[in-house]
Amino acid sequence: MFRKNPKVIPGFGLSLGITLTMLSLIVLIPLLSVFIVMAGYSFGEFWSTVTNKMVLYAYRLSLVCSLVAALINCVFGVALAWVLTRYRFAGRGLLDGLIELPFALPTAVAGIALTTIYSDQGSIGRLFAKIGVKISYTPIGITIALVFIGIPFVVRSIQPVLEKLDPQYEEAALVFGASKAKTFLRVVFPEILPALLTGFGLAFARGLGEYGSVVFIAGNIPYQTQIAPLLIMGKLEQFNYAGGTAIALVMVVFSFVILFGINVIQRVVDKA
Amino acid sequence: MNDGNAKFDVGKWALIGACVLFVFIMLVVPLITVVAYALRQGFAVFRDAILDRYAIAALQLTLFTTVVCVAVNTFFGLFASWAITKFSFPGKGVLSTLIDIPFSISPVIAGLVLILVFGRIGWAYGFFESLGVKVVFATPGIVLATIFVTFPFICRELIPLMQSQGSEEEEAAALMGAGGLAIYRKITFPHIKWGLLYGLILCTARALGEFGAVSVVSGHLRGKTNTLPLHIEILFNEFKLTAAFAVSSVLVVLAVVILILKNIVLHRSKGEV
Repeated sequence: MFRKNPKVIPGFGLSLGITLTMLSLIVLIPLLSVFIVMAGYSFGEFWSTVTNKMVLYAYRLSLVCSLVAALINCVFGVALAWVLTRYRFAGRGLLDGLIELPFALPTAVAGIALTTIYSDQGSIGRLFAKIGVKISYTPIGITIALVFIGIPFVVRSIQPVLEKLDPQYEEAALVFGASKAKTFLRVVFPEILPALLTGFGLAFARGLGEYGSVVFIAGNIPYQTQIAPLLIMGKLEQFNYAGGTAIALVMVVFSFVILFGINVIQRVVDKA
Repeated sequence: MNDGNAKFDVGKWALIGACVLFVFIMLVVPLITVVAYALRQGFAVFRDAILDRYAIAALQLTLFTTVVCVAVNTFFGLFASWAITKFSFPGKGVLSTLIDIPFSISPVIAGLVLILVFGRIGWAYGFFESLGVKVVFATPGIVLATIFVTFPFICRELIPLMQSQGSEEEEAAALMGAGGLAIYRKITFPHIKWGLLYGLILCTARALGEFGAVSVVSGHLRGKTNTLPLHIEILFNEFKLTAAFAVSSVLVVLAVVILILKNIVLHRSKGEV
């Protein structure tokens, strides 16, 4: 492999050296500390921390809310990407430009805005309060915050694929009498599926770890709205670093599984 | 493809309507809310909130952190993208995946790992203590946490661009005896400048707003280790809603400027390639 590809371009040693050094110092070594710290505790201690009822509840809540939010984002993400690439209408540019707002807006700002909007006195929360549905400080509120933060991931994963996909095939299917729904499912959907899965994975991973936009609307009530990142934060505030690290370790493993999944999907797609 | 349909396309407009409604409720309403709440007690209250001593100190810390973070990540991004796209070496895929780790890790965990290294229980604590440098619950910790969280941003924008460009041009230039810096400036850089700018914008946005990671390592000392997002949290938790939204509106203005810049950059880069 080395012989076939002689390095005529200069700077290999320097650039790889800088890359590895910075990556190790800033990301890898600090991350390994999680494992080093946990190695100081027995497996029993670790296990009893992460299987504590409150912790299990927090994991489940985080997983369910992120999953539901990511699925909602898949539906609206496909619709938005479709509308943005296939239709021309007044305000399309503005709609397109707004998609990245969750990336640009600081999460704490989004968090307090959402909490206020969906509280019992808020502009939208008031309407739901009338029919007896509370949103702020409930899992519904958490899910809404995670939908907010996940929108750009799905839209921006699918949009380039749809842009490249020639509308001819869709037109051909329609001409031959396929219904619009069938055309979409049979012709378009298989093409965008890998991108959709990538977007879903990114939104899901972001949702699992999200803190800023969720912390305010969640309200941190144990067994009700305490998500895993909040639980870690709580342990750290009590200087219970071992407890926080144990809970974090499980989250890191979740994240790695998702990251690995995305990589496998991308590799399969690249080969196809 | 839609122009051929003379009759009103119900499906199309229903879909557009649903999308516009979704974006309006999820994205536009929060923006309007911030501005409306910021100004609801009049301009004087708004002005006092953003000119508050602690708010200004927080803004300064946030800006300082952002500048350092963007500079460090740009340095890393330029070298890492060069190493990954211009050479083939064993373990390249793994390296590329490792760089992405901060994307998929909770910011709270990013803060936690810094405490595990530099905090009182951390193995690097003694070393920095002897140098008289306080990392955790001080500015260096805040800067490090922000760098960690935004680490892949610039690299991620550059790698696909440089990969699609290939490296034939650079190889030819090198064979003709051009030096590394000359190759970079004359050949590589013109191809990636818009991508780099795009990455810079995304990185700036995230660094300005980083909350979870910074919250863990900051120690929340007002006027000292409070960034603007943390200042907003304190105001909100003290039920000073108007002040919280007034300070937020400063960040909203920055966010809107960032979005506009991003769209200009994206537009320009599409025009040039």
